[in-house]
Amino acid sequence: MRLQLAVPTLILSTLLSHVAFALTITLPEETAEYRIGPGVDLARSYCMGCHSADYVLTQPPGMPRSFWEAEVNKMKKVFGAPLPDDQVTPLADYLVRTYSVH
Amino acid sequence: MDDSQTSLGRRGFIQSAGLLLAGSVADLAWSKAQAAAKIALPFANGERPLVAYPQKRPLMRLTTRPPQLETPFAVFREGLLTPNDAFFVRYHLANIPLSIDLTSYRLTVKGLVSKPLSLSMEELRTGFPTVELVAVNQCSGNSRGFVVPRVGGGQSGNGAMGNARWRGVSLKAVLAKAGVLPGAKQITFKGLDAPLLPSTPEFVKALTVDQAFDGEVMLAFAMNSTDLPMLNGYPLRLVVPGYYGTYWVKHLSEINVIDHEFDGFFMSKGYRIPDNDCGCVEPGTAAKTTKPIGKMVIRSFMTSLDDGAAIRVGEATLVQGIAFDSGAGIREVQFSQDGGSSWVQANLGEDLGNYSFRPWNIKLRFTKAGPHELKVRATSRSGEIQPLNETWNPSGYRRNVVESVRVVAL
Repeated sequence: MRLQLAVPTLILSTLLSHVAFALTITLPEETAEYRIGPGVDLARSYCMGCHSADYVLTQPPGMPRSFWEAEVNKMKKVFGAPLPDDQVTPLADYLVRTYSVH
Repeated sequence: MDDSQTSLGRRGFIQSAGLLLAGSVADLAWSKAQAAAKIALPFANGERPLVAYPQKRPLMRLTTRPPQLETPFAVFREGLLTPNDAFFVRYHLANIPLSIDLTSYRLTVKGLVSKPLSLSMEELRTGFPTVELVAVNQCSGNSRGFVVPRVGGGQSGNGAMGNARWRGVSLKAVLAKAGVLPGAKQITFKGLDAPLLPSTPEFVKALTVDQAFDGEVMLAFAMNSTDLPMLNGYPLRLVVPGYYGTYWVKHLSEINVIDHEFDGFFMSKGYRIPDNDCGCVEPGTAAKTTKPIGKMVIRSFMTSLDDGAAIRVGEATLVQGIAFDSGAGIREVQFSQDGGSSWVQANLGEDLGNYSFRPWNIKLRFTKAGPHELKVRATSRSGEIQPLNETWNPSGYRRNVVESVRVVAL
């Protein structure tokens, strides 16, 4: 008798604790990709670690070179992107060439 | 059915055939059509896919990782409170919590306090009086995509805002229990969303002790009478009525009382505005000195009409909208149907409190056919009024210029 009661009680309490005490979600798949062009490997290597490509893809068209240089430097110096010094300019070149079309 | 064209104009129009962005659209139709659905915001590179996230209806996705989702503007005509499943989402750092177990979740209160606390949600809910408040949460960069000249950053339309009924406990009550010691200067707030790299600054925000004790700052565990959605900060978020959303820390896990001015990135470098009365500079120039962004500036919107709407000559049309400020409350809303040459007072609707959207409406009737420009301008009870011409700052924060909608009388 005791055993018969114990099993459903255990299941019920497990269910209840799950419903009441935990929330788990699954995010949609990431599909945004950097546009192909010279230097795209740099963006894939050094930018994709911390954020999706749409952070770049949604920026206004025609932003000046100074904007992309400042962004790359901010990501390296402030946000700690592991971008070697000698890759700062090549990465900015890619961003200007690819996303600042006037 | 043909209002799919007239109802979305300036705020964006749906590009997938046959899908209407009206409040009455069935969820099923949404989910079937959403794979192809997009909204084009009316600025360059403003196309956004509509994507359904957990606990959310399809929203305009700005970024995937970390997620930033914008509320389609048509939602604001559904009602005064923004439904939880349509409420915008904005994270800064990609290591966001996807699973939270309340048996292990704790809010810690530490630093310059006589009694450090570690509170479970149960202890928070039962150990302090419950408070409730309707308040607007608006992203500092809401409407950034409309800024001219354009600036970098999250390119939002007007939907990075929402109005909800928040329920929780007063920050003041929790701090009183911990006992803030003399010498306290600021209080910092940190959530479970974290950087991926140890070299990336954590998302931590600070309030002054006076702000924290103003009695209205809340630790909210419910939003519109139900748990917070995960992406809006489950199980607990800071609610700072009247202040931009950047202070409304999600998944709140740590409150730290400190004896100095906090100098973390998101206070000392990010989320700053020019340190002058207008918070603005000449377009294209930098600010000499800056200060942290703070209270929201007053805004108003038309929600029932969008750019390009057709209205019959001689027919009365009820124009509806919303207005809000940082907590003085809305004193009046002026409406112009002639591009700002003359203004008439709109009727104010239901008052859900000074931090809420305030609805307004006015009957519109055109006697002449042709194009007309509608404008709306709110004034607060403290005399704050929306500017007729836009101001500019390098980060595209605090946009609040008078909104215009162009319609055609036929």
